[in-house]
Amino acid sequence: MNEILPPKPNQKKKRLRNWLIFIVIGIIYVWAFKGVYERADWSIFNNLAEKFDRVIPRLFSPDWAETEKVWGYIIETIFIAYAGTLIAAILAVPFGFWAAKNMVKSPIWNTLGKWILILDRTFPELILAILFVITVGPGPFAGVLTIGLTAFGMLGKLYAEIIESIDMKVVEAMEANGANKLQILFYAIFPQVLPEFLSFALYRFEIDIRASTILGLVGAGGIGTLIVIAAANRNWEQLGLILFGIIIVVSIIDFASTKIRKRLV
Amino acid sequence: MTEKNNNKNSSVYSLYPRKLKMQISIVFFIIIAFYFYSLSETGSDFFKLFIDFPDIVKKMLTMFPPNWDYIPAAIDPLVETIQIAVVATTFSVLICIPASLLAANTISTNKYIYQTTRTVLNILRTIPDILLATIFVSLFGIGIIPGIFALTIFSLGLLAKLLSETIETIDTRQLDAIKATGGNIVQVIWYGVVPQVLPQFISYGLYVFELNVRASLVLGFVGAGGIGTIIDTQLNFLRYQNVMAILIVLLVAVIVIETISNMLRRRVV
Repeated sequence: MNEILPPKPNQKKKRLRNWLIFIVIGIIYVWAFKGVYERADWSIFNNLAEKFDRVIPRLFSPDWAETEKVWGYIIETIFIAYAGTLIAAILAVPFGFWAAKNMVKSPIWNTLGKWILILDRTFPELILAILFVITVGPGPFAGVLTIGLTAFGMLGKLYAEIIESIDMKVVEAMEANGANKLQILFYAIFPQVLPEFLSFALYRFEIDIRASTILGLVGAGGIGTLIVIAAANRNWEQLGLILFGIIIVVSIIDFASTKIRKRLV
Repeated sequence: MTEKNNNKNSSVYSLYPRKLKMQISIVFFIIIAFYFYSLSETGSDFFKLFIDFPDIVKKMLTMFPPNWDYIPAAIDPLVETIQIAVVATTFSVLICIPASLLAANTISTNKYIYQTTRTVLNILRTIPDILLATIFVSLFGIGIIPGIFALTIFSLGLLAKLLSETIETIDTRQLDAIKATGGNIVQVIWYGVVPQVLPQFISYGLYVFELNVRASLVLGFVGAGGIGTIIDTQLNFLRYQNVMAILIVLLVAVIVIETISNMLRRRVV
């Protein structure tokens, strides 16, 4: 019986590889922890209780008088995220088709589309925000452009994946019936992909709400502006209110969006 | 879903029934109306953007050519950023293991523990990184330690969610089999859960590391260390050519890290 079984695979190579990975990871960790240990200012742990005592009680007693101001900024954040996401959701449709393997015949052209989307995704939001603040000036418009451009890369990639997974038989059947490109698009492709397109756009909206909070750091509008000001003025009551407001608003939006997405797909 | 249901029930003659058409039109109208409202509220004017285009190009050119001589000064903060990201990712990976086991209904059978952990994690996830960084800086003072704490908490929420969802989808029969042969909870987790989720776990860890490298950019702006610090100073001095040099260094670093991480992830999963 034993002779029928294939010989045991050579474990030596695999073991060597595992050891190599282990050593590389070890070196990275030693490097990172040593660096952090040397850079860190450990004196901040002195009189910690006093510091906590100064900040925490005030953080948890939000200043309700400023509700209106904070609400205004939160609304602005939502508007930025909404406008940006919608721009991205629309812009991502043609790019999604461009980057989908089953829609573009030429592989070079198709890869180019994929590369544009990858390139777009590598840009961190803050970098784009800085570029837009310098070019179009500070304000929420720079934020809208930033969100639009960052969200577009991810949505385009997701859209392309959805389009690649559609049932091509429907498309072929319509082609065989003599339908033109536009008819195929509207009657064969869109019905298959639109619910998922919408679902991902909503999901991206959830992400963008969080993303647009940091825009204020570089002057691109949103609640980040107020966070920076509150921290600079040591206005912890206001910061507490912002924290409370963001948790509530983001929770509601996440909840609603999840509900809608469940119905869509 | 409504679309699919209505399609099934609809008559053979009409592809989309009238009621559905009405619904879709109304939803579409609301979406577009809200869009224009938010454009006006944020002062977005794309028409003006096109008119001002030469002006924008001129401003863009103030960032070029990037000041290449500044790059050596940007390397050290970049190293600091990556080190912060590594340490924060490690901490959050370690903390997320118990958290996600408690937040997965295949392991944590006590309903109250399960719900409490989930709620706490959900609340954690709603807090954006900038706010966490600000709060930790105000608690501890300026430095990279609050930055590490902020990133740890920030990635913990995400990582625990991803991992707990993976644990919830595993094959529970294996767990039952180990339990039936007398395995205790540690053995169930070690021999039943870990082999099933380890590849995904490593993949999520790498993904969160990428996110942390990006997020640590934010930290510097609130005084929590990393490359953001020098970007903030150079921006305030209006040295746009230096800013551009830093951004290019950062972009190269992000691309390299993501390429390596993608390669590793493809091999793991």
